[in-house]
Amino acid sequence: MNSINQSGWKPEMGNAGDTAPATYTGNKALMLEEALIFEIGTAGTTGVDLADAPQVAARLGNLERHRDIGLPGLSEPETVRHYTRLSRQNYAIDLGFFPLGSCTMKHNPRLNEKVARMAGFADVHPLQPVETVQGALAVIHELAHWLITLTGMKAVAMSPKAGAHGELCGILAIRAALTARGDARSVILCPESAHGTNPATAAFAGYAVENIPATSEGRVDLAALKARLGPDIAGVMITNPNTCGLFERDMREISDAVHAAGGYVYCDGANFNAIVGRVRPGDLGVDAMHINLHKTFSTPHGGGGPGSGPVVLSEALAPYAPLPFVTQDNDQYRLVEEETANACHPDSFGRMVAFHGQMGMFTRALSYIMSHGADGLRQVAEDAVLNANYILRSLQDVLEAPFAHSGPCMHEALFSDNGMAEGFSTLDIAKGLIDEGYHPMTVYFPLVVHGAMLVEPTETESKATLDQFIGALRNVAGRAKAGDPSLKSAPHHAPRRRLDETQAARKPVLVWREPEQAVAAE
Amino acid sequence: MRYLPLTPSDRQAMLGVIGAKSIDDLFCDVPAQARLDGPIRGLPNHASEMAVERHFSELARQNMTASHHPFFLGAGAYKHHVPASVDHIIQRGEFLTAYTPYQPEIAQGTLQMLFEFQTQVARLFGCDVANASMYDGSTACWEAIGMAGRITKRTKALLSSGLHPHYVSVAKTMAQYTGDTLDTSLPELSAQTDSARLLAAIDGETSCVVVQYPDILGRIEDLSAIAAKAHEHGALLIAVVTEPVALGAIKAPGDMGADIVVGEGQSLGVGLQFGGPYVGLFACKEKFVRQMPGRLCGETVDAEGKRGFVLTLSTREQHIRREKATSNICTNSGLCALAFSVHLTLLGEKGLRGLAQLNHALAVQAADRLSQIAGVELVNDSFFNEFTLKLPTDARPVVRALADRKILGGVSLGRLYPGAAALRNGLLVAVTETATQEDVETFAAALQEILA
Repeated sequence: MNSINQSGWKPEMGNAGDTAPATYTGNKALMLEEALIFEIGTAGTTGVDLADAPQVAARLGNLERHRDIGLPGLSEPETVRHYTRLSRQNYAIDLGFFPLGSCTMKHNPRLNEKVARMAGFADVHPLQPVETVQGALAVIHELAHWLITLTGMKAVAMSPKAGAHGELCGILAIRAALTARGDARSVILCPESAHGTNPATAAFAGYAVENIPATSEGRVDLAALKARLGPDIAGVMITNPNTCGLFERDMREISDAVHAAGGYVYCDGANFNAIVGRVRPGDLGVDAMHINLHKTFSTPHGGGGPGSGPVVLSEALAPYAPLPFVTQDNDQYRLVEEETANACHPDSFGRMVAFHGQMGMFTRALSYIMSHGADGLRQVAEDAVLNANYILRSLQDVLEAPFAHSGPCMHEALFSDNGMAEGFSTLDIAKGLIDEGYHPMTVYFPLVVHGAMLVEPTETESKATLDQFIGALRNVAGRAKAGDPSLKSAPHHAPRRRLDETQAARKPVLVWREPEQAVAAE
Repeated sequence: MRYLPLTPSDRQAMLGVIGAKSIDDLFCDVPAQARLDGPIRGLPNHASEMAVERHFSELARQNMTASHHPFFLGAGAYKHHVPASVDHIIQRGEFLTAYTPYQPEIAQGTLQMLFEFQTQVARLFGCDVANASMYDGSTACWEAIGMAGRITKRTKALLSSGLHPHYVSVAKTMAQYTGDTLDTSLPELSAQTDSARLLAAIDGETSCVVVQYPDILGRIEDLSAIAAKAHEHGALLIAVVTEPVALGAIKAPGDMGADIVVGEGQSLGVGLQFGGPYVGLFACKEKFVRQMPGRLCGETVDAEGKRGFVLTLSTREQHIRREKATSNICTNSGLCALAFSVHLTLLGEKGLRGLAQLNHALAVQAADRLSQIAGVELVNDSFFNEFTLKLPTDARPVVRALADRKILGGVSLGRLYPGAAALRNGLLVAVTETATQEDVETFAAALQEILA
């Protein structure tokens, strides 16, 4: 496999790139440099036309602003060009394969964008009378029904704004349930391989966090877990499928043991894509699980959000769900807020956000779910798992796969950087893949594997795409094993070479300042 | 299935490479009692693009849209005209379908945009630095309270009665678990804020004072005295801005001594969207930057000395510090931050000031018109584009009666403060550049008729 990568920037062909003369502009044909808006805009330029304000006596409490804000403006053509040029310096799913483990970078269907922009959803205010937003409430209710049914749970809290916010929702529900029965427990157990958000969330909610050991297979050590359970354990936070890409076979036993000891089971649902339509977490004894709509249900990642993290809840935790939520009475949808909660939902732990959650993500996710249906979602899980296993078995002869002996992987394949030449590591392989036109896999996570490389292909990639990626990764791994010095300085063809992150952290420059000011500050 | 490229023969070939007989072999680790043998029953199967679009069109029709009716709602979410190019730019696949910029060499577009966004927010708020955005204004407000606690090592937060009640509720929810004490009270239907209460209550145990500017009833008040008193006692002033367009007309909170300024960025670029996704704004003084929550983008150079941008100071964050992180936040609101930034770039200094002036002038005219109605009083002495009317009756049924006449006529305080009898006659009215003279007239005539 040594074919030309057709999906991204062109790979090196000879030494042409290195010997080309520098250009006057710094541009390289289609690779265009772009200055900051503060360097190209002016305070007097604007890209909007406004009506003249009627003359009135101001009633601003004598607080009129006199000092300049310092906001540059651009005309519309300059604005469109500025951001279009910036956009071209980004890698994206639309551009190529994006196998970022644990992030589920699947295709984002454009139908979802279209429905989210319908005026009936995009142009309604969250505090309109509920009689005027029945269709919007119906979307929330329909999505809630799908999420509850797909997970086999009792209820769902829709308002959390992202996965970590959903984790917080689940842990607060657990704490509220324990408080309600007068049981002050103080410890949450997490596996070492957990996402960093899990311990951070538990600590925020006031819990001490203790690690659960793993077996050599990469799964939770059931015996060790059972030995630690007791009256101080509020619950466990377990990712299933886990961050090593494996299904936790003992999940049911874990849940039963935790319940028997009086605790609750939180499942991190970041990896739900592997099992959607094939396994219902409710059947495994889970009490709470967040669902990243931006992963499993394909709402766009947007360069880092917005996400959306509804939390499904078991019968035991449902009474503590946050406000607000939507209910249906005959043909009318109602919004349960503070005013009505006392009558029908008195034990809620409170409100987590202003308004009702990520409506724009609900429409997109429901559109995606309806497009697939129950049969298509099952196929999603199957193809995601098939693609990951294909990658695992196609690369395990060139990259160490520490848990390849543990059985099939789920939606992602985990490798380590053991066996590379002296001084070569996962970082070099990742940067080499950039030159090959790929976004690298997740690197150095989970922490339990040396130089972890976590590859999640998702179901929206073709076999041809996978074959080409496998070829490229075999090639880059070969260079790392051979100690090819050019790999240490990769990427060579990206808009930037390796960036100095140490300098960025040592002397943080977080806002732009006029050059003379910047000099004066030093 | 239109989103799944594998063919049946691909699947067979791949199973062969893997050495599995069937797809079920790959799910062998799932315990037998949890294995589903076919699609989950009781749910529909896949649907065509046309069928899905039709379903959503029908639901969308059941909602009364802001643009097609006289519209006067605010209370933390404002209707402004969003230029067409904003939506075009955020739909570019390179922004829409990118991930968090963890590989900076191929994410300079997002990173430079975030650096520009941080600078815009810091300048708008009159602060030294800003982060790369939060979920929304309400969560940013709580994170600011938490940050003030880390800085002052105190746990008592003093919340103005003019703070959005949802923001207060979010803080109350969180404080139950962190051990923070929140001193809160309800607003009064009066031109006076509760700054006297705040000034009297600040003491050596106060971690922060939280004041909304303009406040929930639309009132605008100089924050300098509260800032001075807070600083005298080693406490911080947190200002909350739910309508950033106001800062085109009035002083920035940072210029009045606020230490942390947070806000809701929805009113620029994002749109109403029934409450989300929105974008939380978070800015502070430079000396507090290492206690900030959320992502930060910083300038650096690459191996060839070219300017570039990276995510930085991540040792504050959960993926490095785990249970010792400043916050559990992992996601920001990147695409909404982009929309905010594009809109503000289109406006520029001149446009934002013009927009703010227009909003204020139209609101003044509307306030004068509506308060001419018999029995209707204007509560505010000062306001930007939103003010409170005191009606002679409970405002909730009035709002519903207006909706029956196809007018979206503001937010009743009864909705925001259920059970508070002293507030139930209050009606919050927001007037932006999108409201025409005719809309105001229609609203005034209907209100007069309903109250008669």
